[in-house]
Amino acid sequence: MLILGIESATPVASVALVDEKGLLGEALLNVGLTHSEQLLPMIDDLLRQCRKSFKDITAIGVSAGPGSFTGLRIGMATAKGLAQGGGLELLAIPTLEAMAYQMIGQPILVSPMQNARREQIYTGLYRWREETVTEGGGISEIADSQDLQKIFASRQRGKKERMEAGARHNHWVLDCLIPPMAASPEAWAGRLKEIGQSVCLLGDGVNMYKEIWQRELCPLAKCLPPILGLARGSFVALAASERLLRGEKQDFYSMKPIYLRGI
Amino acid sequence: MKTETFQWVLGIESSCDETAVAILHEGKTLAADLVASQIDLHQAYGGVVPELASRQHMEAINYLIDQAMKQAGITLQDLDGIVVSKGPGLVGALLVGISTAKALAYSLGIPFLGVNHMEGHIYANWLSHEDIAFPLLGLIVSGGHTALMVLEDHGRYRLLGQTRDDAAGEAYDKVARAMGLGYPGGSVIDRLAQKGQAGSYALPRVQLKDDPWGFSFSGLKTAVLNLLNQKALKGEDVNKADLAAAFQEKVTATLTEKTLAAAKAHGISSILLAGGVAANSGLRQKMTAACQEAGMKLYLPHLKYCTDNAAMIACAGYYRLGAGLRDDLTLNAEPALGTAE
Ligand SMILES: [Zn+2]
Repeated sequence: MLILGIESATPVASVALVDEKGLLGEALLNVGLTHSEQLLPMIDDLLRQCRKSFKDITAIGVSAGPGSFTGLRIGMATAKGLAQGGGLELLAIPTLEAMAYQMIGQPILVSPMQNARREQIYTGLYRWREETVTEGGGISEIADSQDLQKIFASRQRGKKERMEAGARHNHWVLDCLIPPMAASPEAWAGRLKEIGQSVCLLGDGVNMYKEIWQRELCPLAKCLPPILGLARGSFVALAASERLLRGEKQDFYSMKPIYLRGI
Repeated sequence: MKTETFQWVLGIESSCDETAVAILHEGKTLAADLVASQIDLHQAYGGVVPELASRQHMEAINYLIDQAMKQAGITLQDLDGIVVSKGPGLVGALLVGISTAKALAYSLGIPFLGVNHMEGHIYANWLSHEDIAFPLLGLIVSGGHTALMVLEDHGRYRLLGQTRDDAAGEAYDKVARAMGLGYPGGSVIDRLAQKGQAGSYALPRVQLKDDPWGFSFSGLKTAVLNLLNQKALKGEDVNKADLAAAFQEKVTATLTEKTLAAAKAHGISSILLAGGVAANSGLRQKMTAACQEAGMKLYLPHLKYCTDNAAMIACAGYYRLGAGLRDDLTLNAEPALGTAE
C-alpha cells in the first residue's frame, strides 16, 4: 500500500506519501504561488526523495473542498488525471475532515475552519473517538462491526508479528457531526455554545475571528495556532487510507469538488 | 521503449465553453474527435459564465477522454504524446485541461505540450488540406482576436498587425445583441445578411493611417448602435436583414482587402484563414472571389474545424512535438497569451 495525498484547496500546496507504517514523506509550500506550477513538480520530487516511482502508488486521496475554487480544480483535475493514467483508485476527502487529523489521538471535538471571505467561514464539526478492537473477537463502540472485522483482518495480514486471537488494540475513529458548510462566525459560535462541549478550533478562520471565539466560547474553545491549522497532504493521505480500509470506493469520472457556493 | 514518432497524439481543449478531446493518428487521421458543448448551459445567461464553464469541464473531461479512447480503439498506454490549449482563454477553464493533460502524461510517462489556442485554429487547415506550402499570409479572426500574420514555417510566425479594439467576432456579438438577435451573434447575422441589401445603409470604414496592417471595429460597431438609436427615437423601423448585410459587407470587405494587400506587400501568394469567424459565409465568399481574381491560393478550414475543437490542438502539437518541443511539469495557463506568442 502506498497512498498519495494531494492538498491544494487552500493557499497551501502539499503532497504526501503514506504506507501501512505511516507517513513516508511530505512536501508543503505555503507561499501562495499558483498550485498549477507547484503540484506535479512536488509529487515528482517527493517520489524521487522517497525512492519510489509513480508505479508504486496504489491509491490517491485528494482534498475535495471547501476551499478556493481554482485550487480545488487544479488538485482534483491533477488527481483525476493521475488516477485515469495510472488506473488507480481515487478518493475525494472533504478538506475539513483532513484538517481534523491534526487532533488524532485526542478524544475531542474539532471544528476546522477556513476563511471563506464575505464575512463567512467554511467549517464543520468532527469528533475523535477511540475504539477498542479485539482481534478475532469484537469491536466495542461500533455498530457496523462486520465490515470492520474484515478490514482489520486484512490490515493485520501485512504485519510480521501477527496478533494473538483475543489481543486488543486501540483505533481512532473520526465522526462527522456537522458536515461542511459556510457560516457566519457569530452563527457558528452560537451553535458550538449550544453544544456546550470543549472544542478545538483550527485553521485560518481561527485568527481571523479570534475576538468572537474568545468572547462567545470561553472557556469551551481551544484556539490552535496557525501552524497547527494548515491543510496538509499527509492528512489527506491518512484520511484516504482509513476510508480505503473501510472498503470505500468512489467513481472519479463524475467526481466534483465540494464548492459549497454557487457561481 | 516508445519511439518518438507520435503515432497517437491526444489533444485536449478547454479554453472557453467547449470541452473537447481528439486523438490524431500519424498527424493526419482523426481516430476520435469529441466536443461536449456547454452552449445550452450558458445561453440562459446571454454569454459564457467562466465559473460555470470551469465546473462543467471538470465533470466532463475524464469521461470524454475515455470515450475518445474507446472510439479510437486504443488504450491510454498506446498514446505517444499529449497536447493541450494553454491560452488564450478563461484561466479557470484552461487550468482544468492543463492539469488533466499534465497528470495524464506524467502517469503514462509520455511527453506533453501546451500550445497556443490561436495556433490551433491555424492548424485546422492542416486537417482540411493535403498540400499546404509555406510561406502563408494568415488571417486569424475569432471572438477574441483579429490578426494578420506571416507564417514562415511550422511554429515560425510573424505578427503584422491586429485589432486595436474589438475583435471582428466581438463586434458581431455586440451588434447582434443591440439588434435583439441573440447569442452567439456571428451565425445569426451571417444568416440574416443573406436576405438583405448591403447598400441600403451607409456605414463607415475605419482606416488606420499609422498602422497599415491593424484593424479597428469599434467605430463600425458604434455606427450601427447609433443608427439603431436614431431610428428608435424617430419611431422608424429598421430593416434588420439590410442592416445585417451592410454590417457584414463592411467587416468582410475590410478583412479581405487588408489581407490581400498584406500578401502582396510581402510577396506571398498563399492565404490562410483561421478562427471562428472563418466560418462566416460572407467572408468565405469574398475571400474566395478576391483570391481568384488576384491569382492567389486560398486555404479555408472545414466548417467543422472553425469552432473550438481538440483536433486542431492535437494537430498543432503534432508538428511541435515532432520538432522536439516539450513542456515540463510547471506548465501553467496563459489566459492573455497573444496570437503570435
Ligand atoms: Zn477559439
